[in-house]
Amino acid sequence: MGATVALQVTVNGESHDSEVPARMLLVHYLRDELGLTGTHVGCDTSNCGACTCLVDGESAKSCTVLAVQCDGAQITTIEGMAGPDGELHALQEGFWAEHGLQCGYCTPGMIMAAADLLERRTADGPISEQEVRKGLEGNLCRCTGYHNIVKAVQAAAEASREVAA
Amino acid sequence: MQTPAPCEYSRATSVDDAIAQLQALGGNARILAGGYSLIPMMKLRLANPGHVIDINPLESELNYIRQEGNEIRIGALTRHVNMLESDLLSQVFPHIFREAEAVLADPVVRNRGTMGGSLCQSDPAEDLSGVVVALKGEAVLRGPGGAERVVGMEEFHLGPYMTSVQPTEMLIEVRIPTHSGFGGAHEKVERRAGDFAIVAASAALAIEGGRITFAGVACSAVGPTTLHIERAEKALVGQAPSEDLFAQCGQMAAADCSPNSDGRGPADYKRHVAGVLTTRALSRAAATAVS
Ligand SMILES: Cc1cc2nc3c(=O)[nH]c(=O)nc-3n(C[C@H](O)[C@H](O)[C@H](O)COP(=O)(O)OP(=O)(O)OC[C@H]3O[C@@H](n4cnc5c(N)ncnc54)[C@H](O)[C@@H]3O)c2cc1C
Ligand code: FES
Ligand code: FES
Repeated sequence: MGATVALQVTVNGESHDSEVPARMLLVHYLRDELGLTGTHVGCDTSNCGACTCLVDGESAKSCTVLAVQCDGAQITTIEGMAGPDGELHALQEGFWAEHGLQCGYCTPGMIMAAADLLERRTADGPISEQEVRKGLEGNLCRCTGYHNIVKAVQAAAEASREVAA
Repeated sequence: MQTPAPCEYSRATSVDDAIAQLQALGGNARILAGGYSLIPMMKLRLANPGHVIDINPLESELNYIRQEGNEIRIGALTRHVNMLESDLLSQVFPHIFREAEAVLADPVVRNRGTMGGSLCQSDPAEDLSGVVVALKGEAVLRGPGGAERVVGMEEFHLGPYMTSVQPTEMLIEVRIPTHSGFGGAHEKVERRAGDFAIVAASAALAIEGGRITFAGVACSAVGPTTLHIERAEKALVGQAPSEDLFAQCGQMAAADCSPNSDGRGPADYKRHVAGVLTTRALSRAAATAVS
């Protein structure tokens, strides 16, 4: 199996200490060790983005990161997006309101990639369709044709702007 | 479910520590940077290192973009997103870095993927390698005992997935000469957003007093490495920029490249695209240089 390595990570605000094989991928750690199955495996080849989560605030394809690389890191998965009383995150609200999903397989990854996109954005003013499409190039959806995903992210951006204003 | 084969893992505490670890492990180890090429290859058993040495803890030592005299220096662990967003790079080398980085992979990959990983992967379809070849950048390699050597891209890229980096060496920095009157461009045709190129062309020109004083032309995905189109460069230097001249250079690129037919298209199609993209990139580079 190769040696195991000590790993301390904070996932969605909760600290975990584990011993994991060096070769274990972050997505398998999240799903199989922590039971956080909201992070999906789509392609397994770094292409589809279904496994996207935030590592220290930046989006990463968790099928392409070793769990041990995240020692000391803060990780956010889709399970960590809603508030403590279950109120939906603006992006979750947006996907719900705009029908941004059909089967839902790509949705957690889409939301995590969109969270990075909105977080990084420095421009004020509404986010354009083109900006959202470029920003989500790493995430594939086989169902929706993307139109409603774009609208969902724009709605979330708008809602956050209103809150900030 | 794909998983890499069992391996050992360690973190580097400094560049010299990483090199000492490479030396101690005697060729059985690989450097892990962004991981977006190495980990997929490990999953497919195309790479089977017994040990990976994680250099991500070396951010403060190896992630930088700075100007020193007539050179831009980019640390090996500089992420694609840093190059995309760098104001210094877009000032000194308009618009070649930003154009290439904007179409390189996708934002999630660009968050972690690095300069060093891109060059060391030596994938002939790499966008960033094409840019560094066109700009005639040099790679600084460090080996045991702190010994450093500086190699040009011709010497660096030996073939597909092969470089002249020795098993006990690390790429630490890329150095790129600056030019006044600079303009650059990167053109890419891809099957879909975020994919590697069917063909890409990178063009770098410096124009002063109406004459081309520096020319770099490279094509990606049409040869065993990112190809340097030498004949076009020779034809450009000393001349006044013109659309005719750029069209001739496109013909040279089409003639001098050596594409294979594969899932991304037949060889004659790629040859044609290499010509068109080279001409387009040169003419946009010239427009930027004189503006
Ligand atoms: C979905 C997807 C799409 C992509 N699309 C594109 C694209 O369109 N265009 C493009 O150009 N690239 C593309 N890439 C590749 C991307 O640019 C990778 O990030 C890059 O090739 C490798 O960088 P890395 O830092 O991830 O390297 P790693 O995967 O960590 O390493 C790659 C290789 O380089 C070696 N290495 C890394 N750093 C050093 C160093 N400092 N010294 C010595 N050896 C080192 C490693 O040992 C390994 O052999 C894509 C990747 C993915 C996953
Ligand atoms: S499962 Fe990770 S990118 Fe598709
Ligand atoms: S909703 Fe089915 S894959 Fe996107």
